[in-house]
Order: sequence, then C-alpha cells, then structure tokens
Amino acid sequence: MSEPRIVEVRRNILKENDAVARRLRERFQTYGVQVVSLVSSPGAGKTTILERLLTDISPHHRVAALVGDLATENDAARLARSGSPVKQITTGTVCHLDASMIERALSDWDLSHLDQLFIENVGNLVCPSSFDLGEDLRLVLLSTTEGEDKPLKYPTIFNTADVAVVTKIDLAEFVGFDRDLMLRNIQAVRPNMPVFEVSARTGQGLEALNDLFVRRRIAQSA
Amino acid sequence: MHELSIALSIVDGVLEEAERHGAAQVETVFVRVGELSGVDKDALLFSYQIASQDTPLRNSRLVIEEVGVVIHCPACNADLPAHSFPALYCANCGTLADRVVEGEQLEITRLELAA
Repeated sequence: MSEPRIVEVRRNILKENDAVARRLRERFQTYGVQVVSLVSSPGAGKTTILERLLTDISPHHRVAALVGDLATENDAARLARSGSPVKQITTGTVCHLDASMIERALSDWDLSHLDQLFIENVGNLVCPSSFDLGEDLRLVLLSTTEGEDKPLKYPTIFNTADVAVVTKIDLAEFVGFDRDLMLRNIQAVRPNMPVFEVSARTGQGLEALNDLFVRRRIAQSA
Repeated sequence: MHELSIALSIVDGVLEEAERHGAAQVETVFVRVGELSGVDKDALLFSYQIASQDTPLRNSRLVIEEVGVVIHCPACNADLPAHSFPALYCANCGTLADRVVEGEQLEITRLELAA
C-alpha cells in the first residue's frame, strides 16, 4: 500500500455561512436597508431595548425585526406591539442564528419596503460570535446587573461586535455597578470600542444610540 | 454548543475538497483554531465524531492546531503575542493593542488522503 498524500487546503470553515452572509449584505445594500443585530446573554434586555427602538424609529423610518429564540413566539408578540413587522425565528436546539436562517426568514419579505432591520439573536454570549449574519452593525449588550467582568469572560463576542451597549443603567446605583471597571474591561478586550449606556425604562441613552444609526446611514450613502 | 455547527461545516468542506482532489478516503483533517475564534477544542473533537459518523469521514481523524492571539502594539509598532489574553495588552510595554493581528482563524489547512 502506498503512502497517504497530503494536500494543502486553506479553507475557511465557515465558508458557506460567509457566502450566504455576503449575499444578504449585497441584497441589503441594493435595497438600502440598514441591518443592526443584537447579541447578549439571556435577560440583558435585548427585547426591551428593541421594543423601545422600534417604537421610537417607526414614525420616521420603515423598520422591522427578526427575533431568534430556541422556542416560543413570546418575543415576536412583544415586539409586534410596536406596530412594526416582526418575525420570530425558532431555532429548536440551535444556540445561535446563522446566515441561512436569516435568508429563509426574509424569503417572503419585500425589502424595498424597508429602511432598517433589527436582528435579535438567541440569548447567548458564546455561540453567535462565529456567524456573520450580513449585518452592518453588531451590538453586544450587557446589563449593569451582570457583573463588570463579562467582557473578560466572553472576549470573542466583544471582538466580533462593533458597539457595546450597557443596559439597565438606571439600576447602576442600586446594584453597586462599577462603571469605570466595566469600561476598562470592555476596552481591554476590544480596544476603542464605542460604548453606549442606556435604560429602556427611563429612555436614557436611546437617542444617542439612534443617532449612531443615522450617522452610519449617512456615512454609508455618502 | 455551536461546535456541532462548526463540525458539520468542517465535514461539508472536507468532502468537497476531497472530491476536488479525487480522493476516495480522507485519513486526517488538519484545522487551525484561533484562541479568539470562540471554539473549544474538546467540544469540537467530540462534535466531529458525531458530525462525521454517517459520512465517508467516519474513520477520519481531526487534528486541531490552536493558534494564540497576536496583537499590534502602537507604542512598540510591532506584532506581539497577547500574553494577557483575554485582555489585549502588549507583553513588552503594557500598552493596549490597536488591533488583533492573529487568533480569529477557523480554517481547514490540510488533508491527508489515502493514496
């Protein structure tokens, strides 16, 4: 029997997902849809922030949301109260969204009727990191009640995200939140990462976050 | 555990490459996994067993090469390993990195094919 032969391959493992994500990104660009995804641990407040954002944005722009969960349509039902189109993606046992799930969910949507799309990922700070969804902007949310060392524990998700959003900032003083330590930890794992501090309850910081979307949109169309 | 999704992608990718190279059987699959890729080595090895079991790769072996994080230090103007990982400080002078140079990869690098 002859010797086995070695072949050099150099192939990205997530090549298929990246190809679908690229196709999605091109489609979003063609129709001028800005796509913002949200990742966080369960309970950090993705859905609550998104409810506020949809309500605030919908009078000015045509906005919609896709929301991923292992099971239940609860989040879609909550978000639909904003009056915007919302679709639930239930992943079954899969712990993250991937690009083909987004493509399937959008297959019967006319993107020419949209200005902005939010994608709420499954609550998980590990698994969503590797999967490009074709988004323009990935927000990683972490709440003041979770502990300041979250960025050090989950560096990959912070590294793949563009912006950090600290939620439940209205609770900061009650839970002894160490703001400087949190900011230092974010910068340590993702140098120069922009950070927004928000509260869905009081509305603090949401306008600044919205301004970021507007600025990005202007920069992209320029 | 997203390693199962990653393992399924490895199986699909390897089968495609093996066909391209006209190989009937793959003996070993070599992959590079960066420290910043968020993939756990043991979970990936375990997942590969499951992902490959009903495929032509069921008797193949997965070899994982782990790659550490390398950062660019703006003060030293050099690429250096990030010994402080997950914090990205320069091992030489303690300055915060301005970018990650290496450590995010997730790639199939080589295949050992039966002749």
